[in-house]
Amino acid sequence: MNITKNFTQLENFGHSLSAPAYLVQPNTTEEIYEVFQLAKKKGLTVTARGAGRSYNDVALTGGGIVLDMRGMNTITDWDNFTGLITAQPGTTLEQLWQKVEPDGWWPPVVSGTMKTTLGGCLSANIHGKNNFKMGTIGEHVVEFTAILPTGAEVICSPKKNADLFYSMISGLGMLGIFTSITLQMKRIHSGLLTVDALPVHNLHEHLSALLGGAPNNDYIVGWLDCIAGGKSLGRGQIHAARYLHEGEDSNPQETMKVSNQILPPRIFGVFPKSLLHYFMAPFTNNLGTWGVNTAKYIASLRKHTFRQSHAAFHFLLDYVPDWELIYGRGGLIQYQSFVPKETAEAAWTEVLKLAQKNKLPSYLGVTKRHRPDKFLLTHAVDGFSLAMDFKVTNNNRVKLHGMLQEFDRIVLQAGGKFYFAKNSETTAATAQSFYGNETIAKFKKLKKRCDPNGLLESDLYRRIFG
Amino acid sequence: MSDSSKPFDQTQPRPAPATPLNPRRRGIVVGASGGIGAALSRKLAREGLTLALIDRNKNALQSLCDEINRAAGEPRALVYEHDVTQYDSVPDILRRAIADLGGLDTFVYIAGVIHFPAMDEFNFSEDHKMVEVNLLGAMAWMSAIAPLFQNAKSGQIVGISSVAGDRGRVGNPGYNASKAGLTNYLEALRNRLTRHGVNVLTVKPGFVKTTATLKNVKNLMFAVEPDIAADLIWDGMKKRKQTIYVAGIWKWIMLVIRHIPSVIFRRLSF
Repeated sequence: MNITKNFTQLENFGHSLSAPAYLVQPNTTEEIYEVFQLAKKKGLTVTARGAGRSYNDVALTGGGIVLDMRGMNTITDWDNFTGLITAQPGTTLEQLWQKVEPDGWWPPVVSGTMKTTLGGCLSANIHGKNNFKMGTIGEHVVEFTAILPTGAEVICSPKKNADLFYSMISGLGMLGIFTSITLQMKRIHSGLLTVDALPVHNLHEHLSALLGGAPNNDYIVGWLDCIAGGKSLGRGQIHAARYLHEGEDSNPQETMKVSNQILPPRIFGVFPKSLLHYFMAPFTNNLGTWGVNTAKYIASLRKHTFRQSHAAFHFLLDYVPDWELIYGRGGLIQYQSFVPKETAEAAWTEVLKLAQKNKLPSYLGVTKRHRPDKFLLTHAVDGFSLAMDFKVTNNNRVKLHGMLQEFDRIVLQAGGKFYFAKNSETTAATAQSFYGNETIAKFKKLKKRCDPNGLLESDLYRRIFG
Repeated sequence: MSDSSKPFDQTQPRPAPATPLNPRRRGIVVGASGGIGAALSRKLAREGLTLALIDRNKNALQSLCDEINRAAGEPRALVYEHDVTQYDSVPDILRRAIADLGGLDTFVYIAGVIHFPAMDEFNFSEDHKMVEVNLLGAMAWMSAIAPLFQNAKSGQIVGISSVAGDRGRVGNPGYNASKAGLTNYLEALRNRLTRHGVNVLTVKPGFVKTTATLKNVKNLMFAVEPDIAADLIWDGMKKRKQTIYVAGIWKWIMLVIRHIPSVIFRRLSF
């Protein structure tokens, strides 16, 4: 294997961080192993990268070798009778749902974008708007194959090599590289979901609605207006969705067609959405977002119920192509915290007020309901998550950095956790605090076993475990 | 120089990676252990850059590195032994430094030698050395750096040339030629790279109170301490200037000198 002579400048999804790397696109397991051997010889680090949709440095390794896994994107087996699908790690969620839905199945857990790859989804152990019910994607992995930097190929399932199963999923790509993944799909009886939309007037109502709504729904998600203060602090809108039962949809074959799911490329049938981000950019500041949020909130005051396709409900982030560009030259970062249900209201009241006091409010806040899971580097709690997008500029970096460190302190005190598909500023000390020394020691021991020469090393790993 | 691509001490800790809110510019300083080099390296580290310090003087380099890391309270500098006339080893050291730093935003070339010839002395061997270190070494490094920054659409290249490059004087033809060459090379580089978002800064110091100057020059007109020179260079870097004189007064002096007609200039004794 010949690594390209030149560096490729790679970025995080938010365009707020970049690092040069030798980009290699392997097509086979053997080629991945060749890269490991080369890296060892040259003293370089290696990290795998899927679609590059993470907001931080998990898929970057400055000056090292980045494995672009998108070349290994074949769905190798699909059984529409049992719902078991086997695919290579570069396969995207988009490929996955488009394969299974026409047969009456849907991926049990999906992220807010369908552009992510399975390998990336497993490494971060992603969750969806149904985390409280279906857990993380790892809980639906029946088996996977991976290659370790030693060259060993391992097959893992909850029964076989269970320690590796529960650590490589959530392991941030630092133990080995997935080469084949088998997932159990979920049976559906319609291409549509029933969605309730209801307003919530403050944070207490917001979290109560998530908590109370979760048991009666398959999905639940909240939009939180991070700019509204005072008595309206934490106001927003809840969307709760349910699968349709058998018979509720008179023509499921039709609604499950991919063509009836995909997001239209134009608004009102004429305006191309690829241009939309240019028109949103001028509103991406404190005043503009106040206007947008207020209008959105007023529009949400009418409680209503409607039917929506799976793709339209789940992949909101894909609705506006290249939406991350609206944040301008400095890009954006995301700060997501997971806090137990008992302490979330107090912690986030403090967080939201602090952001408003600093005049650095998030322009988009999203809440979800969560439950714990068994994976080693888990980010889950029995509680809620709040994800906040922040615009980065040359003038706000220092202040925003200081504020996020304060957020970390508040969240840790509330017994909260963080998620490494998202957070970019978490320090090693913070990570140690929420993972706990025992978990970190266990992870490092596995790391030593799987990767004795320390070849797999992302910038995130150096930041958190380095 | 077979080992030149490796840090002296493989266990030296790598600096912390950059984050969106703490971008930690990363820089390479070639010629880091000399007068201006050491002062500028200290300054850049104080300003938060993580640095790969490169020089052929291993001991001076290591103590500078230790001093910087101690002052910062964290690993902020790495060292690489390298003789700039070993042109072929440049790509390997560059790759190593980028891998160790985790990226590269700033490149500074300060390596330079000077020989003060007598008025009737013509010394090709010394001239040859000055062209090798002052010009060819810079070209070897910048030829490797330029495509990298061009590809990244960002970055800053700083070349320490000299007021001596502005005119050919009776006093030092070889040095004048090497620095004139460097000044021109940097200008051409700027014309190529500005359109790709890369800043190229030419620094033209007059007299700086370094060991070499203090020993050989009697009349140190407008001479500055290396620390002052470092501050002025950093200021130019921050403002992404194209050319700066150190100290600033040399801009006006050289404006005059550049316009002295040859018929007069060739009769002058400096």
